[in-house]
Amino acid sequence: MQLRYFAWVRERIGRDAETIEVPADVATVGALIDWLSARDEAYAGAFAERDAIKVALDQEHVDHDAPLNGAREAAFFPPMTGG
Amino acid sequence: MTTHAHPADSNAPQDDRPSAAITVRIQREDFDTAREIERLSAADSNVGAVVSFTGLCRDEGGRLSALELEHYPGMAEAEIERIARDAAARWPVTGLTAIHRHGKIAPGENIVLVVAASRHRAAAFQAADFLMDYLKTRAPFWKKEHLRDGGTGGWVDAREADKKAADRWSR
Repeated sequence: MQLRYFAWVRERIGRDAETIEVPADVATVGALIDWLSARDEAYAGAFAERDAIKVALDQEHVDHDAPLNGAREAAFFPPMTGG
Repeated sequence: MTTHAHPADSNAPQDDRPSAAITVRIQREDFDTAREIERLSAADSNVGAVVSFTGLCRDEGGRLSALELEHYPGMAEAEIERIARDAAARWPVTGLTAIHRHGKIAPGENIVLVVAASRHRAAAFQAADFLMDYLKTRAPFWKKEHLRDGGTGGWVDAREADKKAADRWSR
């Protein structure tokens, strides 16, 4: 799965994209965030404010309880501030 | 990209609702507001109202030298197009244009343009208002501050007022 990070999530993790193999027992967006947070302190720091993390699967907004359902791309970012 | 949205909701009353020409552009360069208004005005001889909104970069009382707009390429276009189609399904507009810039933008420069055209003014006003409210809370863009004293400021926080403004359309 391709992961993408934007704004301060990108800065805290220290990269804008990566490709990962999702473990079989990681079935939802929330479980993926837990799994990433357990990798190291940078991920844990980026995802610490869990309520502030917005997620898109294949470029559509989803909630944290959404199933990954074989999505090819997941993106993590703070609340949007365009316009 | 420009597409045509037809009111597809089968529950909608049968009316003479036009199909709306939807144009969404995400670009680094500036846009020409007058030209975009003219394009929607001229596209359909039944246009009786054109509403435009332009969002500019502020300097926050001299504090900022620029805003840097990061975006999610691909999703930014797709999300604004979804919002525009939703607006076209709710109001009888003939045209909707949304242009959003990215990159470093200096105070006084344009950031975003929304233009809505319709036969009567209410639809154009409301569609433009709706499009801006949802664009601010759902289109994947993030603003970072650059300070006049040379430093890099923080990321701009999302405003509760913007979320409330978007929520009022679903009441």
